[in-house]
Amino acid sequence: MTRSWYKLRKETVLALGGLMLAWQFASYFFPPYLFPPVPAIAQKFLAIFLDPESLANAGATAARIFAGLAVAFLLGVLLAFLMGRSERNYRYAYPLLNFIQGIPALSWVVIAIIWFKGTEPRILFIMVATTVAAFSFQILDAYRSMSKDLFEMTLSFRPSKRDLFRTLILPTIVPGMLTAWKVNLGNAARVVVVAELVGATGGIGYQLLQQQQLFDMAGALAWTLVLVVFVLIVQQVITKLEDWLLAYRPRAERST
Amino acid sequence: MSEPNAVAADPAIEFHNVVKRFLRHDRRDESFLAVDRLSFAVAPGEMIAVLGRTGCGKSTMFNLLAGLIEPTEGTVRVLGHDPFHEFNWYRGKLAVVFQNDRLLPWRTALANVELGIELLGKDEEERRVIALGWLERLGLKGHEHDYPHALSGGMRQRVSIARAFAVNPEILLCDEPFSALDELTGQRLREEYTQLVRENGKTSIFVTHSINEALQLGERILVFHRPARIALEARVAGGDREAIRQRVLEAMNPELAGVDDRERAA
Repeated sequence: MTRSWYKLRKETVLALGGLMLAWQFASYFFPPYLFPPVPAIAQKFLAIFLDPESLANAGATAARIFAGLAVAFLLGVLLAFLMGRSERNYRYAYPLLNFIQGIPALSWVVIAIIWFKGTEPRILFIMVATTVAAFSFQILDAYRSMSKDLFEMTLSFRPSKRDLFRTLILPTIVPGMLTAWKVNLGNAARVVVVAELVGATGGIGYQLLQQQQLFDMAGALAWTLVLVVFVLIVQQVITKLEDWLLAYRPRAERST
Repeated sequence: MSEPNAVAADPAIEFHNVVKRFLRHDRRDESFLAVDRLSFAVAPGEMIAVLGRTGCGKSTMFNLLAGLIEPTEGTVRVLGHDPFHEFNWYRGKLAVVFQNDRLLPWRTALANVELGIELLGKDEEERRVIALGWLERLGLKGHEHDYPHALSGGMRQRVSIARAFAVNPEILLCDEPFSALDELTGQRLREEYTQLVRENGKTSIFVTHSINEALQLGERILVFHRPARIALEARVAGGDREAIRQRVLEAMNPELAGVDDRERAA
């Protein structure tokens, strides 16, 4: 396990290092507004972390991602349980959620601008609309994959509904919930930037728009890196949480 | 065909003319008869082995008994109550040992044994003492904090037996719990199970397809024919085991009746 982890890390470093070298190489042949040198990008990236106002912008985006995901998650859990409880509910909800899932993020942006006045409600709406269906389907899948044998066994002890949920249903769906968070985090990070590009006065998307207007490629890349680093950190946190919550599984069955 | 059933006036378990039909999924207007006018009674503290070929309705009878399904006709009474309509009344009074161990993979052996007691609302300290006691009794001391994946098949089945006994039920239902184990482990667990049931005065119904297992575990054997109805009822305790084995074998395989051993072997 240690060996494969080391191998993976080495490969990651080589791949990312190769990309940086190629970029740096290109910067010798193209103007800085197309391919700024790697040190210039790094400098801008570090400057974001040293400037409280920039940090506040990054924090605003993180808060929007978490708020959007949290609301979408709660709605997704509710919809998944309604669908899981009755086939009739499922037959009504499935086509609706499937339809919602098919609407592009940019269409939601347009709809949000027309429907809502304030920036935050707009962004929250866009975040929820683009992730709620995925949360519902992933949690429903986890719920439906519950073992019939374990259900019968638990039922044979005559638990109350609350106890059945606590002792069987919740532990069964936890892995699905964590996977849903990991998948939707990436989607949410992509969508939040689009949402912030339109009408926001702060956040990573707004900063990207500023860099575009200034033709500052180094700044645009630095802000993009901030978002990528944020997503990677949160994904690592979820993976650690997963390792802790799913410690009962043989190591080979856990996600790495 | 069957012997008179000497069951106490207040049986622990009673099936009276029970019929169970299932609707066929492929042809909705047709039904499949799984249990056909089944009647039998089990006295408190009695150990019954139910024997039959695969698909004879043993599991349906078992699910009716556990209250997991409702009879189409007739009545099922367990401890004088209806297990389907008074489902929650049986909390702590009835426990099931299933064919496979059915341990919750996210719980340690100890936490799995605690499950039933926890659902009875006992406090943490009390349930820990009870669960540790049963684990020790079933030879699992030192494995309390192991997760199911780290235990062997025999150890996991022991945990499931401990889980059933830990709630101190009046009635124990077992659905071929040792069939997936190797012969030696199965034999050892059968002995331990019999001893525990007798020592604790439980009423037990043990479903099996093995004649040897039925002879070892049952004070009385019920042989089922498809759809579930009693083809033979034989009292094992105090009887001639070889003669009973012969009768059971013939009841299970009517085509062998009257054929001598040599022909049968051939």
